[in-house]
Amino acid sequence: MAKGPYSDKVMEHFMNPRNMGEINDANGVGEVGNPACGDVMKLYLKISDDGIVEDVKFKTFGCGAAIASSSMATELLKGKTVEQILELTNNAIVEALDGLPPAKIHCSVMAEEAIEAALKDYYVRVGKDPKIVDEMKAKIKDKVKH
Amino acid sequence: MIYLDNVAGTKPDERVVEKMIPFLKEKYGNPSAHFYPLGREAFEAVNEAREHVANLIDATPDEIVFTSCGTESNNMAIKGLALNDKYKNKKHIIISEIEHFSVQNTCIKLLNEGYKITKLKVDNNGQINLDDLKKSITDDTLLVSIMSANPEIGTIQDSAAIGQICKEKGVIYHVDAVASVGHQKVSVKDFNCDLLSLAGQNFYGPRGTGALYVNKEVKLTPLFDGGFQENGYRSGSENVAGIVGLGEAARIAKAEMDTYVPRMQALGKKLMASLEGMFDFLHITGDKSKRLPGHVSFWIEYIEGESLLLWYSLNNIYGASGSACSSNILAEDEDDLAASHVLTAVGVPNDICAGSMTFSMSKYITEEDIDKVIEVTPTIVTRLCEMSPYYNKK
Ligand code: FES
Repeated sequence: MAKGPYSDKVMEHFMNPRNMGEINDANGVGEVGNPACGDVMKLYLKISDDGIVEDVKFKTFGCGAAIASSSMATELLKGKTVEQILELTNNAIVEALDGLPPAKIHCSVMAEEAIEAALKDYYVRVGKDPKIVDEMKAKIKDKVKH
Repeated sequence: MIYLDNVAGTKPDERVVEKMIPFLKEKYGNPSAHFYPLGREAFEAVNEAREHVANLIDATPDEIVFTSCGTESNNMAIKGLALNDKYKNKKHIIISEIEHFSVQNTCIKLLNEGYKITKLKVDNNGQINLDDLKKSITDDTLLVSIMSANPEIGTIQDSAAIGQICKEKGVIYHVDAVASVGHQKVSVKDFNCDLLSLAGQNFYGPRGTGALYVNKEVKLTPLFDGGFQENGYRSGSENVAGIVGLGEAARIAKAEMDTYVPRMQALGKKLMASLEGMFDFLHITGDKSKRLPGHVSFWIEYIEGESLLLWYSLNNIYGASGSACSSNILAEDEDDLAASHVLTAVGVPNDICAGSMTFSMSKYITEEDIDKVIEVTPTIVTRLCEMSPYYNKK
């Protein structure tokens, strides 16, 4: 494929996005937007009783990078435990996509934020305090620093 | 490949290229050295090109200054006036809010020099209001600079009427005609203008070539200090092959515009009507009738422009998008992703990255090309709508 600003991986996910759609009986839904460029991403999670991501889908209004980041994020989420998916940073998404142009990194950040938002929704639904997500995130960041 | 980004630059006409080649090879003389045949040949070729360019816009050859592009012409016109002693008492410039960056940013520079800039608003079709223009002109007004056609939305201004107002009020009138020349009739006499910019790449000439028409009454201070080329207006060795190519492009445009323009116009109308009929959430931008021939621009609700652009390009259809997301993708940071000032000015909502697209035709586009665009559009739009979290909410 002709080389543009995006890697072949980004283009491949843009053209054939994985897990695009909605989950009717999702138990964690997160919608985030980037006010700067207007991107919006909606993530649906179906988490099993033992805390494993059974199914995941997305809908995205956005550029090539936003669509590819959404698609890649869903791939990386499947089968993971709740703890594991919180460790998924935007860097991991960028890496898995073989990079993004600097101005487009924020599109991958949106995917990370959508995961967080969906998990918070999940915790609310199972009757737990969604703040757990922030606490776990902080711990992970701390671990990365040390 | 279906190339529909002709406002960014057209494919050079084969005859233009043929005409240029000898001046890159054996006819390598410097036009300033016209005392021997090699130099004289270059000198004559440059002057012949000057005649063709003048002829295309109803000017005389001594009113044409060759430049390197439309941006240089615009800079030369505006800064050249501002730097000239003759006009030092006038410190007000009027432009529109949809001018090209080379006009807008040049004016922003002049703010530091004590100039006042008025940016005229445009309506939703991209037209300035002539009464607003009249009211904005004061005794301090030096220059009105309004483009003849906007490359992004295709809207054509009434340059003749603007020129008439400027003439009555005694202000200098500059027309950025880069998008128009070779696509609509451009006449400095009809426009009543004093300065007019054009660029070769926009009408089947070579990239990196341009010209500025300078009315004899107007005085410009040159931007470059050096020798006396181009009547002292633009020193520096001439791009002889480029100028020859520009001249040939002008000759061809003058001779053939009447044949290709109506054809482009018809194809543009066909494409516009088909697109409009497809989805009620597809909106044409710009003035539907007063627009460049073969120019079709639109935005689609629920869909982001860059994705649209990418999908068309995957179908080998190359257009442009004015959406923020595609505006400066190679920028170092996301703050540089600003929505198009033109789309914002004509009221396309910028709280979402509008799914804007511009298809601009050339004389080489065929009916089959347009049919192909019409054919692939529903699939692309439906696909992106399905993916959009906004669409369901409809
Ligand atoms: S969609 Fe606007 S930059 Fe990613």
